[in-house]
Amino acid sequence: MNYRNISLFGMIFLFLIIVGFSQSWNVAFGLLNLCLLSAIMALGVNIQWGYAGLFSIGTVGFVALGGVAAVVTSMPPVEEAWRTGGPGILTAMLTAIITIIAATQIWKRVSAGIIRNLLMIAVLVGGFFLFRGMLDPAAAIIEKINPAGEGYLGGLGLPVIFSWLVGGLFAAGAAWVIGKISLGLRADYLAIATLGIAEIIIAVIKNEDWLTRGVKNVIGIPRPTAYEVDLQKSETFINNVNWLGMEVIEASSLYVKFSYGILFVIVLAIILWMSEKALNSPWGRMMRAIRDNEEAAEAMGKDVTKRHLQVFILGSAVCGIAGAMMTSLDGLLTPQSYQPLRFTFLIWVMVIVGGSGNNWGAVLGGFLLWFFWIEVEPMGHWILSILTSGMAEGSSLKEHLLDSAAHMRLITMGAILLLTLRFAPKGLIPEK
Amino acid sequence: MTGGYGTGADILHDCTVAVNKGEIAVIVGPNGAGKSTAMKAIFGMLTMRSGQVSIDGEDITNLSPQDRVAKGMAFVPQNQNIFTSLSVEENLEMGAFLREDDISETMHQVFDLFPILKERRKQAAGELSGGQRQQVAVGRALMTQPKVLMLDEPTAGVSPIVMDELFDRIIDVAKTGISILMVEQNARQALEIADKGYVLVQGENRFTDTGSNLLSDPEVRKSFLGG
Amino acid sequence: MDILHALIVLANFIIVPAIAYGSQLALGALGITLVVGVLRFSNFAHGETMAFGTMIVILMTWLFTAIGLSIYPLPTALLALPFGIIGCIAIVLLTDKFVYKFYRKAKSTPVVLVMASLGVTFIMNGLIRFIIGPGDQRFADGARFIIKARDFKTMTGFKEGLAIKVTQSITLVTAIIVVAALFWFLNKTRTGKSMRAYSDNEDLALLSGINPERVVMITWIIVAILATVAGTLYGLDKTFKPFTYFQLLLPMFAAAVVGGLGNPVGAIVGGFIIAFSEISFTYAYKKVFTYLLPADWAPTSLVQLLSTDYKFAVSFSILVLVLLFRPTGLFKGQST
Repeated sequence: MNYRNISLFGMIFLFLIIVGFSQSWNVAFGLLNLCLLSAIMALGVNIQWGYAGLFSIGTVGFVALGGVAAVVTSMPPVEEAWRTGGPGILTAMLTAIITIIAATQIWKRVSAGIIRNLLMIAVLVGGFFLFRGMLDPAAAIIEKINPAGEGYLGGLGLPVIFSWLVGGLFAAGAAWVIGKISLGLRADYLAIATLGIAEIIIAVIKNEDWLTRGVKNVIGIPRPTAYEVDLQKSETFINNVNWLGMEVIEASSLYVKFSYGILFVIVLAIILWMSEKALNSPWGRMMRAIRDNEEAAEAMGKDVTKRHLQVFILGSAVCGIAGAMMTSLDGLLTPQSYQPLRFTFLIWVMVIVGGSGNNWGAVLGGFLLWFFWIEVEPMGHWILSILTSGMAEGSSLKEHLLDSAAHMRLITMGAILLLTLRFAPKGLIPEK
Repeated sequence: MTGGYGTGADILHDCTVAVNKGEIAVIVGPNGAGKSTAMKAIFGMLTMRSGQVSIDGEDITNLSPQDRVAKGMAFVPQNQNIFTSLSVEENLEMGAFLREDDISETMHQVFDLFPILKERRKQAAGELSGGQRQQVAVGRALMTQPKVLMLDEPTAGVSPIVMDELFDRIIDVAKTGISILMVEQNARQALEIADKGYVLVQGENRFTDTGSNLLSDPEVRKSFLGG
Repeated sequence: MDILHALIVLANFIIVPAIAYGSQLALGALGITLVVGVLRFSNFAHGETMAFGTMIVILMTWLFTAIGLSIYPLPTALLALPFGIIGCIAIVLLTDKFVYKFYRKAKSTPVVLVMASLGVTFIMNGLIRFIIGPGDQRFADGARFIIKARDFKTMTGFKEGLAIKVTQSITLVTAIIVVAALFWFLNKTRTGKSMRAYSDNEDLALLSGINPERVVMITWIIVAILATVAGTLYGLDKTFKPFTYFQLLLPMFAAAVVGGLGNPVGAIVGGFIIAFSEISFTYAYKKVFTYLLPADWAPTSLVQLLSTDYKFAVSFSILVLVLLFRPTGLFKGQST
């Protein structure tokens, strides 16, 4: 760490402090928490792109899987749904697994030819109908149970902290499947495949109400921290706040944000520490060697595809962990909020701007770009209102321009990416 | 000529190669002697530190490969020297891409030289056999009506019978008045048809003489032709 | 009789819409495959390129409608199409000049170009939303149907109707014209052949004196034409919404990969494979089975393999199958 890098981080904290004084500390801490989450996601993408040069554009899918993990791990189970529909769902899942295993075994064991193809198609088609035959009625039963508040299986009722790990596992599983299929082929196949899987994961979350309540959203996901209402009733808390001379309501929400912040810092520190260790280990050096010259690495006997699979799974898992953390911060799962722009593209810009291949760079990019992301919209408004100030009040063009300020984000982010890629491809904190 | 790839170490050291009109000049030598490098230097595909390239007395040292094509040079690379997905005829047309005049005359000449190509002219070039592909490659290069035809190991990877036939064709090409400069692994056969032979070792001219003289030179025989 | 009725239902709900959708996908996939063939990267901005061209078509359509220009019964958009194409060519050439050219000269790896195309995607997407907004736009004026379902019934006496929309037939006719022109260009003209030669073997093309910058420029112009036509046809047939065009990337890429990346014929076949699979997997066959099966066997459920929300899963599954079993695609494309 040199002075330049320290001052870059210092600058961001200065921004946050300015926000704290000029707007409110609640806003500042809210920003900080999302900065921390962004940093973790950026670390995940950096593992894939920075270490190994893998281009995956399905980050949003892995983040969303983390969100699902938060729901299925920590929400209280809906007893009736489990009793009536649970067995159906479980057997359906079992059928799906058996079908896929059977199909792959046929592919491996039966000698190539028309018989193998027919056999495999028969198993897959039969399995699909069996799966749907068991899933559909069970799902219908579950979705009828108290649809206004439940209508889904609920979760396992475990502490929400566990879900962060589960989110990582979910994402790792999905990454394993995608990586198995598309790694080892031309580089952009991974991009296309991840684009596809992300759309499907989000379609599942939006439509499988028995699992995630779909567009009805899951609200009230348990928190790993205290609740504002409880704090506001607690004697000791009120006394302490009074002693500090703050307002109780504001202080309680500040306290909650602060506790989230501490948890996030711990997770970020662990992942960052592990990433640094990995990057500077023989494994990390091998990864970079593969990235810089795949053919030479292959000639030296490295199994490039296998290494790529490893690094792709690890990076996706980190994104899954961050996804679960984010859902537990929000306390709700809203499928509509998973926009590729926000969770794939923005994270990519963070990594590129911060410095691909450098973990600290990814963290810096996460902080900086999140801040920017939040501030671009008001800035766009401000710029447009100056630009249009000469126009007649109520003119349709003026209104159109002011309404469109939100889209400035897209243009700005795209421009930042292209400019960095072109003029500073190493980013703010270049790889060592 | 002195030069190498990019800013790397020099591979060629004061090496000289020349060919007269209608003659065949062959560059032979051990692996890593800089044979292919010399060809690329002549064609302007690498940086030359000193020396010059001229054609018909005109200095073309500073021209790009494309401009050298226009000046009458044609080059057949060792690998990937045809458009596999294009038909034989289209390959020849692409060879003549820079020409604005009527190319049917030249195409007839190429078909006369390589009758098999006329037969296969609608077929995709990638579907042909190794020897036929080489004929397409040479034919493509001839379409520019070059003064000098440069061939980089035209017989690499083809069977001995096909090799003999290819050499016969190359002699035919030379008879039409085109100078031929080629690099060959099969040194003995190549020198047999060569008017002039260059033995290159570590980027320097070691022996320069007529093909038959080199073949009978005991030292050349011992070191480079395996006795 | 019942079999005939079932066939009419299939034609009405699967075959006719899939032919139209397949033509649109094929035109889109052609654009993607040409960029892969000549510029050697997967252009993730292709959906936005389509949207951009279509947006100009829509703006011009509004202008023409405002001044009372119309070619009824055909939609005004056809009149506006040339303007959309010109606008699209302009933006695509500008992007090449300011973005892609640099990486081409620097001989960057394809993945860097892919990432740059992602940056372009977002700038274009922002521009489109800025100009025309993120909402749905319907711009298909003119006559709606060539044959209405009801007219078909009275005409033929069948119980089932077969409707053919004007936009569907325009799609097919336009696609045939555009594709025929493209193949004529690629196979019969010197410039077209030089484009194929460049795509086949870049180094040898240089040795033959083919100017790469010219090939690249012509490729972009063709891509812009294909994209605008594909986008306009899709928008006429359905509606124009910027995000939908981004989502079209997956089926279009699937089509290009299925056919073999870089192979134009493959892209067309791939487009129809994807379109037919997507529609036939998400169609509810209840009515068809009711005709085909004896009355007491008639299905009670919708007999739908997948809900339409999962139509992307169909293109994705086909993509996965191709990657697993034949990564070069049905027709030989570039696999590495």
